[in-house]
Parts: sequence; structure tokens; C-alpha cells
Amino acid sequence: MSTNPTPSGQTVGAFDVAVVGAGPAGLAAAAAAADRGKTVVLVDAGAQIGGQYWRHPDERAPRGPEAEGHHDWKLFTELREKLRRHRQMGAVVLLPNAQVWFVEPTAPADADDREGGWTLHLTPTIVGVDTAEATPRLVVAARLILCPGGYDRQLPVPGWDLPGVMAAGGVQALLKGHRTLAGQRAVVAGTGPFLLPVAKQLADAGATVVAVCEANALTGWARHARAVAAVPAKVAEGAEYALALARHRIPYRTRTAVTRIDADPTGTKAVQLAQLDAAGRVVGPTTTVDVDLVALGWGFTPSMELITAVGAQTRIDVDQSLVAVVDNSQRSTTPGVYVAGEATGVGGALLAVAEGELAGIAAADALEVHAMRIRRLRARIQRLRVFAAAMHQAHPVPARWHEWLTPDTTICRCEEVSFDSVCRARDELGATDVRTVKLMARPGMGWCQGHVCGFATAKLAAAAEDRPLTVEDLRPLAKQTLCAPIALELLAQVTSKSTDEAL
Amino acid sequence: MTRHPKTQAGPRTVEDGGTSVVHLTLNGQELLAHPGQTVGAALVDAGIQSWRTTRKNGRPRGLFCGIGICYDCLITVDGAPNQRACIVPVCEGMQLSTTAAPVDAATDAPNDGGTKR
Repeated sequence: MSTNPTPSGQTVGAFDVAVVGAGPAGLAAAAAAADRGKTVVLVDAGAQIGGQYWRHPDERAPRGPEAEGHHDWKLFTELREKLRRHRQMGAVVLLPNAQVWFVEPTAPADADDREGGWTLHLTPTIVGVDTAEATPRLVVAARLILCPGGYDRQLPVPGWDLPGVMAAGGVQALLKGHRTLAGQRAVVAGTGPFLLPVAKQLADAGATVVAVCEANALTGWARHARAVAAVPAKVAEGAEYALALARHRIPYRTRTAVTRIDADPTGTKAVQLAQLDAAGRVVGPTTTVDVDLVALGWGFTPSMELITAVGAQTRIDVDQSLVAVVDNSQRSTTPGVYVAGEATGVGGALLAVAEGELAGIAAADALEVHAMRIRRLRARIQRLRVFAAAMHQAHPVPARWHEWLTPDTTICRCEEVSFDSVCRARDELGATDVRTVKLMARPGMGWCQGHVCGFATAKLAAAAEDRPLTVEDLRPLAKQTLCAPIALELLAQVTSKSTDEAL
Repeated sequence: MTRHPKTQAGPRTVEDGGTSVVHLTLNGQELLAHPGQTVGAALVDAGIQSWRTTRKNGRPRGLFCGIGICYDCLITVDGAPNQRACIVPVCEGMQLSTTAAPVDAATDAPNDGGTKR
């Protein structure tokens, strides 16, 4: 590995492969490429590898058994050990606590359409507090494997911005990463299988889970019996959670949603639970439960900034997420860029690992050498994709969720934009697309850049015409000139031609 | 911005009665944390659900996404403002401060910088 200090700061490279994201997909991708003799740089925003799925307490300060609260932990420890060996040999360089804020081609691809390689601009994840980590400014690699993962998708409801209302994944992250219980009495609500482990882990940690509220009926799974049977591990996992809920006596209420949250001065929250019809309209009487924690999750939103930054083609997946278009070797439509994991379609960790391995082998130009392995990987990916599609079809976002909202409901938490403001931009100022709604009412213009409210804002913009979301609805939200917040001093030091053009 | 150079690898702690703990302060009040925790986890462990108020409506906020995406949990760490509590690791002697104490919109009571559960 050669390092070329540049006037603008420290550059590391050139590597054969740069992998962004050290979750299930990224770890598998880095290991697979390094196994085949490639030099790999693995960049992750977190302090240690594992991503969200395998988030675990600081390895330097263990908090009981590492595997606690985890599935497929052995798979993680195998990948971790493999990477440890590769790092010892110098084949893999790990850059934790680093975010990619800009990505550009290192050199223009030549006339034969050969790949010219990529330059990643990095910023420390934490700026202003010294974490004793030195983050290089630039990373250069011939090929990119993007494994950015995702985060909880949210639908605003009245009171969802109160303290003690959290993303379901955030509640789980506190448990998995810190053994921290975010509340004593909880409601877990939204849609999809992910609500189950969150409820189980809360109860295992000693919380009372008053209810799990699933907005959909479970009958949606019936049409997909074959898809489910093809993935026995998922069936076993589902059975395990059903047993755990029964053991903890946690009520599992289908066609039920949290439609309103109020808090008293002590922080106790009165949470309104409503029965829904198939379209998500409130039918029948509501009940109220008192809790100190509400965990909300409506599936997941893949992080798409880097995929749009490299100009790769995107599509709308079954769950209405914007995802990357990839071929059967995880190649995106941008030469030299591969995508694996949630960003190709939300499907869980096992799918991410399979896609990551395939991407790593493909980026190492080793597809032909491992024909048998590739066939098996593709078959597994296919099975898990079919399962994921069944899951998305069984757990859609309720079509009429916006009928739960009141005029003063916060849509954008950062800019404190109300439902009323979004509706006025749409209905009175003629903003029928998300970009115009953003300009008129400012949702998605704050700190988080629409990560949290983007999906809901796009849905509300489209609601005027009552139509499904399109790439045009979601891509403008994902496309960001700067993919992470950076210090101005860092921007001032950039001497790159394309950053100048972009800015 | 204040910087505290930390050269020691690993979570910095002091031995406290046989168990490893990290001492922090929030607006001058002592808080104890586990080594390796984030500031946000330490605050939640201490029963604190909110530590800032929004600039427009003065609404209390604390952790929401818990993983660095949402920026709801911003807090001042050792004088450096706008730090994400959910990703900044604790270290011995860290001083946390909530921004000025605007009126807590939910209750009309002065916000002491932390809403107890």
C-alpha cells in the first residue's frame, strides 16, 4: 500500500477495493475480496465493526456475553476473525469513525470504458470532540463496494417528537450497544417483523411491554407460504419470537397503530392505540395506555446518498424504498461500483451477507474461478429476496396513515414543520412534488437532511394525487452534494476539481 | 472549540470501589457511566430523557434514532456544541452542558436541562 501525502491532507491508497460500511454486507464484501488477494480499505462511521445488526458493547469494555441479544453471532465472529487476520497481513485497512462526505472518479474512464477508480473524501464522524482517531482525508481505490445499510423508517403521528418516543432500532441499539433500557413500560408499534425482537429484548431486559401494535393483519403472509417455507431460518426465528412474546405475556395486536401520544409533566406518556381497517383508517374505539417509552418502526429506509452520488441508477422496491439497481453480480449501473445489503432492497442481515460476499468476489474479478460458490450464493440471494418481497407485501405502510394527523403534528423534527404547513404548500401553493414541498415549507431542510421525514414528506406530496411513490419522489431527497455534515475548515482545504464544480 | 487531547487507547476510566466507572458532569451535576457507553446511553441510564429544547417551539428533545441519523440528541460536550449524544463516547471528566434554559413548552416550567422519567 502506498501513501501519497497531498497538500490538502493525508491520502491513503491506492487500494484494489474500497468498501463503505462495516455491517453484515460490508464485512462479507471486504473479507471476500481480501480472501482473493485484493487490498481492501473498509470505511465505517461507527467506532467498531458490526453495523447496526451486530452492534455490540465496546470490545475494550465488555458488558457480559457479547452474543447477548444477537442472531447469527457466530457468522459475525468468523467475519471479524477473518478481517483481523487480513489486517495483520496488511491486506485490509480498517478506518472506523469515518464518514464519506464526497465521492468522485479519480480519473475519467478512458474511451474503452475502463474504470478509472474512485476517490472517497472522509470526515471524522465526530468533529469537535477528540476521539484520538486520525481519519485520512482521502481514500483512493480502483473499485467501490457500497454497503451503507439503513435505518428505521418513520411515519409522524401527533406527539412522536416527545422525549421517550424513539425509533425501534434506536431502542434496540441502546440495549445491544450499551445494555441500556430506554424505559420501564413500553409500547412497540409500526409494522413488520422487526417489532418482535425489539419487544422481546425490552422484556428480557426487565421492561414491561404493554403491547406490540402491528398496523397490518398477518393474513398477508398466507399468500406467500412457499416463499416463507424456502427460508426455514426465518420461520424458526419467527417462532422463537412468538414464544418469547407468549412467555413475557406481551399482547400482539394486529391492525392496531399508535395514533397519538400525549405527555404529562412527569414524562409519562398517554398513548392512543387505534384499530385500523385494511387501508389504515381508524375504525372503532381507541384505547389509551400509559407508558414511558414508545418504540416506532415502519420498516427501514436504505441510506442512498452514496449510491446517488456515484450516479448509479435507482428504482422503487416493493416496500416503496428507493434502492440501487444491481445485476446478478451486485454491479450497479456505474462502472466499478458494486452495491450490497439494504441499499439494493431491504432484506435483512443474511441477505446482506450473501450479497456482500458476491460483491466482494465480483469486485475481485473472481466470478469464474468460484462458479459453484457463485451459483449457491445467487440461489440463496434469490430465496431471501423472494422472502423479503413477501414480507414487504405483508407489511405495507397503511395507505391512509396521514388521516391520523392533526394540523399541528410535527412532520419534520429538525425544522419543526407542521402537517398543516406541508398541506398548505401542497394544496394552496401547488407543490405536488417533494422538492417543491421542501422549498415552500422546509421539511427535510434541517440537520438530518430529510433522513427522518423524507419518506413521509414524499408520501404527503404524492397524496394530493393519491398515487404510489416513484423514483422522482425519493431520489431528490437522497441526492445530497455533501453526504455528511463537515467542518468548513475541511471544505476550505479541498482542492479537487469536481468538488469545486459540485459546490 | 475546546479540545482535550486523549492519547490513551480505550475508554478512559478510574477504578471506583472495584468497578470501572466513568465520571461525567451534566451542567455541573455528577453522572456516572459505564466505560464504552455513549453520552446518550449514560444520560438515559441516569433517567434523563431530554436535554435540549428546539429553537422554534421550545419542545424538549432527547434520543430518537439512537444511531447518529436524526440529530435530535444534540448536546454540548467539553464546550463543543451540537454533538450527537448518541455517538460521542464518554470519557473520564467529560463535561456536558445543555444549552441555555429556555422555558419548557410542554409544561411552562423552567427547563432544568433534563426531564426525569
